[in-house]
Amino acid sequence: MTNSSSSSASAELNAPAFRPKPFNLRHLLGIEGISTADITHLLDRADEMVAISRRVKKERHTLKGRTLINLFFENSTRTQSSFEIAGKRLGMDVINMAVQTSSVKKGETLLDTAVTLNAMQPDLLVVRHNAAGAVELLSQKMGCPVINAGDGAHEHPTQALLDALTIRRSKGQINGLTVAICGDIAHSRVARSNIHLLNAMGAQVRVIAPSTLLPGHIEDLGVTAYRSMEKGLPGCDVVMMLRLQSERMSGAFIPSAREYYRYFGLTAERVALAKSDAIVMHPGPMNRGVEIASTIADGVQSVIVEQVEMGVAVRMAVMEALHGEGTAGDGAAA
Amino acid sequence: MKRSITSKPPSQRLFVNARVIDPSQDLDIHADMLVTKGKIAAIGKDLPRDKLKKSCKIIDCKGMVLAPGLVDARVFIGEPGGEHRETIKSASRAAASGGVTSLVMMPDTDPVIDDAALVEFVRQTAREKSRIRILPSAALSKGQRGEEMTEIGLLSKAGAVAFTDGRQTIDSAQMMRRALTYAGDFDALIMAATRDNSLGGGVMNAGLNATRMGLPGIPREAEIIPLERDMRVVAMTRGRYHASTLSTSDSVDVISRARDKGLDVSAGVAVANLALNDNDIGSYRTFFRVSPPLRNEDDRLAMVDGIRTGKIDIICSNHDPQDVDTKRLPFAEAADGAIGLESMLAATLRLHHTDGVPLSRLLYCLSTGPAKRLGLKSGTLEIGAAADIILLDPDMPWILQEEELLSRSRNTAFEGARFQGRVLKTFVDGRTVFSRDA
Repeated sequence: MTNSSSSSASAELNAPAFRPKPFNLRHLLGIEGISTADITHLLDRADEMVAISRRVKKERHTLKGRTLINLFFENSTRTQSSFEIAGKRLGMDVINMAVQTSSVKKGETLLDTAVTLNAMQPDLLVVRHNAAGAVELLSQKMGCPVINAGDGAHEHPTQALLDALTIRRSKGQINGLTVAICGDIAHSRVARSNIHLLNAMGAQVRVIAPSTLLPGHIEDLGVTAYRSMEKGLPGCDVVMMLRLQSERMSGAFIPSAREYYRYFGLTAERVALAKSDAIVMHPGPMNRGVEIASTIADGVQSVIVEQVEMGVAVRMAVMEALHGEGTAGDGAAA
Repeated sequence: MKRSITSKPPSQRLFVNARVIDPSQDLDIHADMLVTKGKIAAIGKDLPRDKLKKSCKIIDCKGMVLAPGLVDARVFIGEPGGEHRETIKSASRAAASGGVTSLVMMPDTDPVIDDAALVEFVRQTAREKSRIRILPSAALSKGQRGEEMTEIGLLSKAGAVAFTDGRQTIDSAQMMRRALTYAGDFDALIMAATRDNSLGGGVMNAGLNATRMGLPGIPREAEIIPLERDMRVVAMTRGRYHASTLSTSDSVDVISRARDKGLDVSAGVAVANLALNDNDIGSYRTFFRVSPPLRNEDDRLAMVDGIRTGKIDIICSNHDPQDVDTKRLPFAEAADGAIGLESMLAATLRLHHTDGVPLSRLLYCLSTGPAKRLGLKSGTLEIGAAADIILLDPDMPWILQEEELLSRSRNTAFEGARFQGRVLKTFVDGRTVFSRDA
């Protein structure tokens, strides 16, 4: 009886109506609201891209002849080059645009820029902006898929995906892990995207920060908040550090970088509090001696360099998926 | 006095078969009402018709509500200096269609209305261009800089009905103290914004939504702290104080306690804070960026309760026209403000239809309450009062369409909203200033 009922249940699940829909997002503006199936699908694709990136001949012509515009309203060397390389490996023509946002009327320029760029018929737009929601606003004027490369303190979805890929490759799975995100949670889009993604994938998420850097109601996003590394780190499989922006170091949120390092810097002693096989992550660029000790950043538990590699793979996967190209097709999201 | 906008009214009008609601007299009866020479002449069942003039126009109200015209205590208009957003003429047109017969114009213009000549300019423009009563308020401090007080005596004499720094909260307790003390000599009303400039530096209600969206929050305390300070200053000076727009449950308690102590204080609430909460912002919709910010549902219900229980006596539209340049921006960079003259009544009626607040109580807060506080003669249907009247169908369903708005700006938080209740006709001094084609 058990046999028959379970087989009929699985048959029902395999019926077309219940099969997970293939990835059909138009834009990638954030992790919030994306289904677990879609996240898994992107990570599976990215795994294949890692292999491609490690070949000598890295070209893959799935998006050949299409145009990718990197539009960065905020300076970023590593994210921008990661997107650029990802685009080029897929055969795209990549144009980088850095826009200075010093003028007061930058918002007007934002929609103007969107309309102008749209008229150039790009096939993919990657945008970073200093204001939360700006990428979504811009996407309303675009006829092509838009990837959010970071909008204010809102979301940075590809960072969360590359972090997830790094964790999954290191730990085998994300479900059931305990992950601590440490540092400036309040101003971090990386933290928000990671909280959404890790929760969706079944991890236990902790955030560790001084109270001035913890936004209100953060626990309602499904995390446990700690105000001390000593209390928050024990039992963690993953220790994810965040960058502390220099403008937050001098009095407004914390008294000094020195004091911050003393209480929240990731030192060897603190890493030892986590599980012995815990991995250490950082989205970069690091402030050595402020949030993380050099010995830890370069130590055996660090996967920081691997994160950079995964970044390219994840971005390739996202670009292809948004264009409905490539492998890992329908119904194979297992 | 020349009134080019409206045609000469019939010298007599008889409204028959109406549900007459006059909150100023606790009246809610089925009756007729006679208006003679722009004044209310009689209210009663089956008014005798034999003495009516031949020219008397009889209006069958078909059981609809006849009530005092609405008095809106907080309206921002762009004239002078921002005529592309709203002019006195366009605001008056929008107001008339929303049933507003008197509005207090905020002095946040360019230049700021802090001089008697500018008050006179507003009154003159209103006389020429407006269908409804536009009552200028004047700045409390010169240039609204919060430093030196304006000529409260001369401005009052010129016709300023109240003194306010509009959107600006006065930082200096000393400035507030002197202004309240001095204004007391002229019996002048001070209308204050209560949003602490440093603590209230965020862009939306502090809470889960702000955290999730990565936006800096405005804690509730940013309103409560300046309000509590002002209560102390009022106690010290015995001035007349009105908190223009409150948004938190604690603020209601603060005002209520101060009134219990006998202070001459009152409070208003913007209709947005009664009808919406911070979930309505959705994905960074800047038309929902208003000041005070939309709070959570608990606070919204507390504001509704404040209206129901009489702790708050004034509902205002907080009409604040903004254009594409200031609104089609990322949320954190957009300006505060939404228009509201045309939706104030309908949005307020949600409290009647959904939250169970009596209709007469709501009409009180929209007319009699603000009129009394501002010392106006309107907001009533007493015999002899000016016939500022609305004819209202409290149940008519309608959908607010952006393209049908009469305001010069389009930044409404109620686009596509389903409403119940709409103004059919609006009269000022007995003249028809608005009539909806059936």
